[in-house]
Amino acid sequence: MNTTTADMTATHSSRYTIHDRPGFRLGALLGKWETLLALLFVAAFLANGILVPHFLDPYNLADGTFNFSEKALIALPMALLIICREIDISVSGILALASVAVGLAHTHGVPPALLLPVALAAGTACGLLNGVLVTRFALPSIVVTIGTVSLFRGLASVVLGDKAFTGYPQLMADWGQGYFFDVIPREFVVLLAFAALFAVVLHTTRWGRRIYAIGNNPVAARFAGIEVNRYRLVLFMLTGAMAGLAAWLLTGRIGSTRPNIAMGWELEVITMVILGGVSIAGGAGTIGGVMLAVLTLGTVTYGLSLANVPGIYMTIVVGLLLLVTIALPRLLHGRKVAK
Amino acid sequence: MKVLKQREFLLACSIVVLVLLVGLRSPVFVSPASLANLLTDSTLLIMLALTQMLVIVTRGVDLSVASNLALSGMMAALLAARQPDLPLPLVMLAAAAIGLLLGLVNGWLIGYLELPPIVVTLGTMSVYRGLVFVLSGGAWVSSHQMPQHFIGFPLARLLGITHLVWIAAAVVLAAWFVARHSRFGRDLYAIGNAPSCARYVGIPTARRLLWTYGLSGLMAGLCGYLWVARYAVAYTEIAYGFEFTVIAACVIGGISIAGGTGTVTGAVLGALFLAVIGNALPVVQVSPFWQSALTGIVILAAVSINARDGKHGGRQILPLHQVDRSAA
Repeated sequence: MNTTTADMTATHSSRYTIHDRPGFRLGALLGKWETLLALLFVAAFLANGILVPHFLDPYNLADGTFNFSEKALIALPMALLIICREIDISVSGILALASVAVGLAHTHGVPPALLLPVALAAGTACGLLNGVLVTRFALPSIVVTIGTVSLFRGLASVVLGDKAFTGYPQLMADWGQGYFFDVIPREFVVLLAFAALFAVVLHTTRWGRRIYAIGNNPVAARFAGIEVNRYRLVLFMLTGAMAGLAAWLLTGRIGSTRPNIAMGWELEVITMVILGGVSIAGGAGTIGGVMLAVLTLGTVTYGLSLANVPGIYMTIVVGLLLLVTIALPRLLHGRKVAK
Repeated sequence: MKVLKQREFLLACSIVVLVLLVGLRSPVFVSPASLANLLTDSTLLIMLALTQMLVIVTRGVDLSVASNLALSGMMAALLAARQPDLPLPLVMLAAAAIGLLLGLVNGWLIGYLELPPIVVTLGTMSVYRGLVFVLSGGAWVSSHQMPQHFIGFPLARLLGITHLVWIAAAVVLAAWFVARHSRFGRDLYAIGNAPSCARYVGIPTARRLLWTYGLSGLMAGLCGYLWVARYAVAYTEIAYGFEFTVIAACVIGGISIAGGTGTVTGAVLGALFLAVIGNALPVVQVSPFWQSALTGIVILAAVSINARDGKHGGRQILPLHQVDRSAA
C-alpha cells in the first residue's frame, strides 16, 4: 500500500500532493485479499454446482442462506471491533440472553410487535456492560468478554433452568423463516441491507476512517483528537444490538429458546471476520472481504451438507481454511522465517 | 508486611473464607473426605492452568487445549479399547505424545511463521475437535469397553491420596521449577515483557514458543487420558468450552493477558478458586444453573482488582511517558 502511494507521487504528481488513496492499478487489485476470496468463492460455487446435484436450483440456493445469515449479522459489527483492536467473545452469550428476554417478554404478554425492541434493548444493554468495563476500567476486551460470556449464558440458564420457551408469535416466524416474493429469504435481505449500511459507514464516512485510525494506533488517535473510548463503547453496544437482532431472527427461525442456543457461535463469527481479511492486530480489513468470507464459508458448508457430510466435518474444513489462508501468504512471500 | 499485599495471599485468604462460609452453612463441606474430593476435582484444571500460564506469559493464548484434550483422550480410549493388554504407562505415553505433537503444530505456526496465537489456536481448535469425530465416527467409548486398569488409575490411592493429586503435585513442582529456575522459563517472561528486546538479546523466540505450545499440548494430552479414565467415557464433546475455564483460572490468578507477569501460585489458586465455587454450589443448595453466572462475576471482579493493582505500578524505575494502558 505504502509503496504504491510512493510510486504515484514519484511518477505523475507534484511532490506537494499527498494522495490519501492510491489510484487504480490492475496488479494491486489482483494481489488483494478480496480478489483471492472472490476467486475462492467462485471456485467453491462452481465445484458445488458441478459435484452436487440440484445445488444451482434457486430455491435451494435461497435455503442455503439461512445457515449463515444470523452469524453474518454479528460478523459485521465484530469486524469493526477487530479493526479497532478489540474483540467480543461474548456474542453468543448476548444472543442467548436476548433470546431469553424475548421469551420472558412474550410469556408476560408483550405484544408481538414489541419483541424486536426487547431483543435489541437486551443486546444493547449487554454490549453496554462490556463497553463500560473495557473503557472505564481499562481492561483488555478479551478477558472482559470471556468473563461476560459466562455471566450472560449463566443468567440465561438461570432463567431457563431445564425448560425452554416455545410458542412464539407468527410475526417472528415470518421474519426468521419467511421469504420475499416466495423465493428470497427475508433474513438474507436483512443481512444484505446491513452489510451495505456497514460498508458505507466504514468506508466512506469520517467515523469509518477514525475506526481505522484507532486500530492502527490508539495512542496517536487520541492525540489526534478522536474520542477513542467513546468509539469503543459505541462499537460494543452496536455489537450487542446486532446480536440482539440475530437473537430475534434465530428465535423466530427455530421457534424456541433453549439453553444451548447459538453455542460456540463466537468462534465461527470471529473465523468469518478473520477469513475476510480483517487483521487481528487491528487497523485493516473491509466489509466486502467479510461478506465474501461469509458467502464462501456458506457455500462450502452448504455444499458439504447437501453431499451428506456430517456437520462436524465442516468444523475441520473451516479450521483448515482459516489456518491455510493466514499461513499461505506467509510461506509464499518467501520472507525469512524466524529462528 | 509485604506478603499481606500480595495478590496470591489475598486470593488464598478468599478461598479459605469461601470454604469456611460454605462450611458454616453445611458442615459436610469441610469434612476431610469432602475437601479431599474437592482437591481431586480441581487437579485437571490446575494442571492445564499451569501450562496455559506459560503460554499467556509469552503474550499468547492457547484456545485449542480443550480440543487437544478431547482428541488425545479419545485416541487413548480407542487404543485401550482395541488393545486391552497394552500396559498402562504405554497408553499414557501415547496420549501425552499425541498431545505434544498437536501442541507443536500450534507452536510451529506461532513461533516460526509468526502468526497470531489467537487465530492459530482458533483454527486448530476446530480442526482437532473435528478429528475427534472422524476418529470415533461419532460413537462413544463407554466404560465397559475400556479395560479396568485404564479406568481405575486416576482415582486409585497411593498413601491415601489419589493418583490425580500426586500427578498434579508433581506438575506444580515441575512448573514452579521451569518458571522460576530454568533459563527456558525466564526467557518466556522476557519474551512476554518485550518481544523485540528479547530477540535482540539473543533469546531464540521461535524455538521457545514452539516448545511452550508443545508443553501446553503435552499437558492437554496427559489430562486427556486422565479425564477419559476418570469419567470412564469418551465422546466428541468432551471438555467442550473448557478452554475458557482454564483461561479464566489464569486470569483470576492474576496472570496478565498482556504477557510478562504471572506466578505458579497464582495459577494454582485461580484454578482452586473456580473448583471451590463449582463444588460449593450444590452443597449450599444453590441451583447449579447459577455456576456459570457466578464464574463470570468472579472473573470480572478479579480482572478489575488486578487492573487497580497495576495502576500504581511498582517496577517502573525511570519516569516514562504516560502510556494509555488500554492501548496495549
